[in-house]
Amino acid sequence: MKLTMKTKSFSHSIRQSALAGAMALLVAGTAQAADPVKVGVMLPYTGTYGALGEAITNGMQLAIEENGDKLGGRDVEYVTVDSEANPGKAPQNMNRLISGENVDFVVGPVHSGVAMGMIKMARQEGAITIIPNAGLNAATRQFCAPNIFRTSFSAWQTAYPMGKMAYERGYRKIATIAWNYSFGKESLEAFEEGFKAAGGEVVKQILTPFPKVEFQAYLTEIASLKPDAVFAFYAGGGAVKFVKDYNAAGLKKSIPLLGSGFMTDGTLTAQGEAAEGVLTTLHYADKLDNPKDNAFRKAYMDAYGKEADIYAVQGYDAGQMLVQAMDVVKGNTKDRDALIAALENVKIDSPRGPWHFSKAHNPVQNMYLREVKNGQNVVVEVAAKGLEDPATGCSMMK
Amino acid sequence: MDLATILIQLLNSVQYGLLLFLISSGLTLVFGIMGVINLAHGAMYMIGAYLAYAFVEWTGSLGVAILLGIPVMLIVGIVIERFLIDSLYSRDHLFQVLLTFGLILILNDIQSILWGNDTHGVPIPDMLNGSISLTDNMSYPVYRLAVSVVCLALAIGMYWVIQKTRLGMTIRAGASNREMVESLGINVRTLFTIIFAAGVALAGLGGILSAPLSSVYPGMGDNVLIICLVVVVIGGIGSIKGAFWGAMMIGLVSTFGPVLIPSLSSVMVYLVMALVLLVKPRGLFA
Repeated sequence: MKLTMKTKSFSHSIRQSALAGAMALLVAGTAQAADPVKVGVMLPYTGTYGALGEAITNGMQLAIEENGDKLGGRDVEYVTVDSEANPGKAPQNMNRLISGENVDFVVGPVHSGVAMGMIKMARQEGAITIIPNAGLNAATRQFCAPNIFRTSFSAWQTAYPMGKMAYERGYRKIATIAWNYSFGKESLEAFEEGFKAAGGEVVKQILTPFPKVEFQAYLTEIASLKPDAVFAFYAGGGAVKFVKDYNAAGLKKSIPLLGSGFMTDGTLTAQGEAAEGVLTTLHYADKLDNPKDNAFRKAYMDAYGKEADIYAVQGYDAGQMLVQAMDVVKGNTKDRDALIAALENVKIDSPRGPWHFSKAHNPVQNMYLREVKNGQNVVVEVAAKGLEDPATGCSMMK
Repeated sequence: MDLATILIQLLNSVQYGLLLFLISSGLTLVFGIMGVINLAHGAMYMIGAYLAYAFVEWTGSLGVAILLGIPVMLIVGIVIERFLIDSLYSRDHLFQVLLTFGLILILNDIQSILWGNDTHGVPIPDMLNGSISLTDNMSYPVYRLAVSVVCLALAIGMYWVIQKTRLGMTIRAGASNREMVESLGINVRTLFTIIFAAGVALAGLGGILSAPLSSVYPGMGDNVLIICLVVVVIGGIGSIKGAFWGAMMIGLVSTFGPVLIPSLSSVMVYLVMALVLLVKPRGLFA
């Protein structure tokens, strides 16, 4: 045990120095350009979240490319750091971007644990930070700050509306299950809050060790509890496994599976048949059929040869936000207060539908109820219109 | 818990335990006999799973994936042993740790280059795609049972090879006293190649068989490595029998533990390991 831990951190430092070297070259190569806007990107490009980091980067760059590769009339220089989704490296990576590279904005991360480290540094140093994914509630609640923005969602937003939806579908007793980490717990709590408010009862909350993917014992327990439905949160490889196991155990027929949208996003190909009929809530869906979404999906496909997903949308909106705000301040990043005011007031015409920032700097946005049909998260209805995170404990709410 | 639930949970434990045994047996073999701590064991498991994904995509059959995957894993094992590990036997353990750790990074990157970073699923073969209903709302996938049967057959096969054949005799002898085996004129070098290749192939087979049960994703081997080390340490380093009972024990603990004492579910396995080591510092069967 001890051995693996030691060697692990060792490898990271090797990778780190290799990366630093590569970056030094990169910076040296582009430094001649006249005073470009420096956008620091701190996302995972390796490991489990590698695909997410890539989609966010693609989305953001697409939005800026559509603006002629300029922000407020200035050229753009990206300084990229692989966050490795490693919370332990967050402060040092962040430090490198802020102090070492002197970036104007930091965009990142994917992982909520990394976000905690970044937020701490962002609050100390005052660097303008745009979170394009990490949904931990705290980022726009107790740790909210004028210089911290989030273009994605809060965990609460992705699960709360499902409570009402579940009750409307006649479910009264529900068991909930998620990985035992902050995002999982926050999702279950938000669902429970929404479901109780609607009149339902959560009969059992099961938290499974993160990131283990052996679910058979829990499924047996659920079968013996016989709830009306199950609400679950898993993501990535865990989501694929959970949905497949749930189906293979024959539970889906008698106990419908509900979930946070991440359980069926980017995972449907791997889940296959097993995911059909699963209901989830999220701030994006397939077949939203608005012109913005259609145009975005086509442009994304043309540029990267891949289907756009929710992560690409969040990255795209981070890009759109920079484009808008930098136009308002005409590329002047020196006047920080004006820049922050411009960022606060952006109105994003997003592929997910229009949204704007709450006082706590979290999107006020529609949440959709989606059903998996033929391998797509097809929108069923708007589960909550213009949903705002309660932002409990955020000092900017006053 | 009613009786039916307990019985199903027992079935879950045995099924999980058998799979764990399959994966950790290779690690304990290599560890015990060659004295090499193969940290890349988990990565080999991952490569096995990705091979299953690739071959099933290509041929549409898991059977073919197994037939093609095992030789590939054997070759990988032989190449690594002959060209890399062979020159490190005389060195300190730390060199082997460094080497096999480096292999994790290389294998992870190879995986990323060849297959990308997406999560993949491998379909269960049609023949085994059914399920047997156990209670009114719970059924058991046939594929899980089939995997258990395969693991059990392998366990018996391994027992037979190690206890009843000449190769097994040398392996056992090598595990208890390597110098003596060498001085008796047995070609330890070939023996080591065979064992390492077999270890890699077992990890790979574990990955192939798990692929349809689980999902195939980057870094999936890391957790497996840790749990395998736990199994090997509990069972006693180098003991196949120990790996079997260790795996069974972990299967039981990780099935019943989280249901009975949910708050301890993350540490349960390690608590058990600590307890075993307190009573038997060298593991159950060392």
